[in-house]
Amino acid sequence: MGAVVSLDGLLDERRVWKGRPLAQPRGLQPTGHAALDAVLPGGGWPPGALSELLLAAEGAGELHLLWPSLARLTASGERVVLVAPPFIPYPPAWLAAGVDLRWLSLIQASRVEALWAAEQCLRSGSCGAVLCWPQQVDDRALRRLQVAAETGQTLAFACRPQQAALNPSPAALRIAVDLHPAQWRVLKCRGGLAPATPIAMAGRG
Amino acid sequence: MLWACILLPQLALDSVLRGRDDPQAPLVLLSGPAQRRVLQAVNPAARALGLRAGQSLSTAQALASSFTCVEHDPAAVEQLQQLLAAWAYQFSSQVSLHYPRTVLLEVESSLGLFGPWPLFEARLRKELGELGLRHRIVLASNPVAARMLANAHDGLALNDAQATRAALAQMPVDRIGLPVEAATALSRMGLRDLGQVLGLPRDTLARRFAASVQVHLDRLLGLRPMALACYRPPDRFEARLELNFDVESHQALLFPLRRLIADLAAFLASRDGGVQRFTLHLEHARGVATPVVVGLLAAEREAGMLFELARGRLEQLSLPAPVRSVRLVADDLPAFVPQPGELFNARPQQQQGWEQLRERLRARLGDESVRAVQAFADHRPECAWQAAGGAPPLARAPGGPPRPGWLLAEPQALAPEGLRLLAGPERIESGWWDGGDVRRDYYLVETPAGQRGWAYRPLGEGGPLWLQGWFA
Repeated sequence: MGAVVSLDGLLDERRVWKGRPLAQPRGLQPTGHAALDAVLPGGGWPPGALSELLLAAEGAGELHLLWPSLARLTASGERVVLVAPPFIPYPPAWLAAGVDLRWLSLIQASRVEALWAAEQCLRSGSCGAVLCWPQQVDDRALRRLQVAAETGQTLAFACRPQQAALNPSPAALRIAVDLHPAQWRVLKCRGGLAPATPIAMAGRG
Repeated sequence: MLWACILLPQLALDSVLRGRDDPQAPLVLLSGPAQRRVLQAVNPAARALGLRAGQSLSTAQALASSFTCVEHDPAAVEQLQQLLAAWAYQFSSQVSLHYPRTVLLEVESSLGLFGPWPLFEARLRKELGELGLRHRIVLASNPVAARMLANAHDGLALNDAQATRAALAQMPVDRIGLPVEAATALSRMGLRDLGQVLGLPRDTLARRFAASVQVHLDRLLGLRPMALACYRPPDRFEARLELNFDVESHQALLFPLRRLIADLAAFLASRDGGVQRFTLHLEHARGVATPVVVGLLAAEREAGMLFELARGRLEQLSLPAPVRSVRLVADDLPAFVPQPGELFNARPQQQQGWEQLRERLRARLGDESVRAVQAFADHRPECAWQAAGGAPPLARAPGGPPRPGWLLAEPQALAPEGLRLLAGPERIESGWWDGGDVRRDYYLVETPAGQRGWAYRPLGEGGPLWLQGWFA
């Protein structure tokens, strides 16, 4: 047997890799829904990453989920960009949700250009959050969005139909929004295990 | 104030010589009508052949054969003077082209930046030398004295009015810019230099000569100020680049475009201004030029950004014919107000401001592609999100029942099966005054899938509910 080697010495040499989880700061980007914040690893949206919202139908539940975050961002003077939304945002309702419309911008673009515009917005780093509605996109397009969000340290939200839940996705967070019953299911969250139980949607009977 | 006078004694000749690769070869400038061609100016090599300015062309051809003749072009000389004024403008804010072949510039206020006068003068001489212009430089305490002293001196530097007066006193009377008859009369009186003229009593001088003589002498001594028209940089930018070949693709246009825009940016920087709108004219061999308008929401002057924007517009265009030359015209040159940036930015990767991003998006997607969302005080949903008649946008939410976050562009008929009415009716009746009369009963409905919608039925009509929005 060789000489006795102290355990501390071995660790100090850094030849042994320890699977210590990276301490993530909590609560950087709270969602504004206490029940959801409690189960998400970072205490909110993953900052500088793509979050995917998988909707049961078009125009079903994404605003209810996002409005508190958008209101918080616009109140602190961060710009929120909607890239080619499928519907017209109805301003009185957005105002009532607390969103400061001065910081809300709308980009009209065709389906192909919308991805480009979303990537530009994310990459520029001048926006607080970018919402987009990618239709029938592949893995690569989503990865581009994810990389752009990391580059610009911007919150990216992609609203997609729930059929896409079966396909793998590079998004850091995937939330399925169900209507019957009204609940959120976290399908994937980076930095932690996805909670098994759905979260009841607050404020919607 | 101290005025520097840069006298360019051979501006016309130099303007031709600087464009030639063999300035040492004999060359003469010609002017006059076709019947009587006269040598306007000759370069040293031509003078060595015995040619003199003022000779007729036939005499010159009798004396020598191997010289080049170039037509005198006053327009080119004028253009060169403007170029010189623009060049001098970088050293002083007061530049005047009052005298022909002369650039006057006020330098005392520039000495702090460009060093003491000997250094400054050396720099002027060096840059004039690079431009290929022969010159004489004189510094004096007023512009008229500087100009007249340049007639006889080169490199003279007089820092105050006293020294200027002393130097002027030595000047012969026919070299100080007096009217010819006055100068002749003075010399016939036996007065050789200005000192002797100034020794005369003022009233006798005023009696014997025209008033303009006294005025000129006073200006020369700085006793009477002279209003000079100062050079102002033009309010318009125009540049044209001739391509040596027919260009059919965008890619090949990018290189000349980059050069034009670099010129534009340099021009804007010298004006301390920005550009809000410029036009690229793509000129074809025949037919009208294709204009490409690049409009910005705010004034900009950064070359890289202007290039990106112009490129975005250019890429959308399909060229109708090969391009022969590109012209860039910028008329709208407002003041440039830089966007304030934050010193401690919350986000480290903030490479590009929102304004730049917006221009980039507009350049590719179209001018109307980036919109703000505004609320207007109108009960009709279709009027609440777009300005109907210049109404000011709302800043606070109007109270009342909940409204849907999404609005459909066109109302859709809802199938009545399985539809649940959750709330309603709420009547919206408005717009009788502007022709868009609306009388509807609105309901909050839930579809079988669980979506909440906002639907209406026109008042007094049966039939299906019309879906107008989603409570998402």
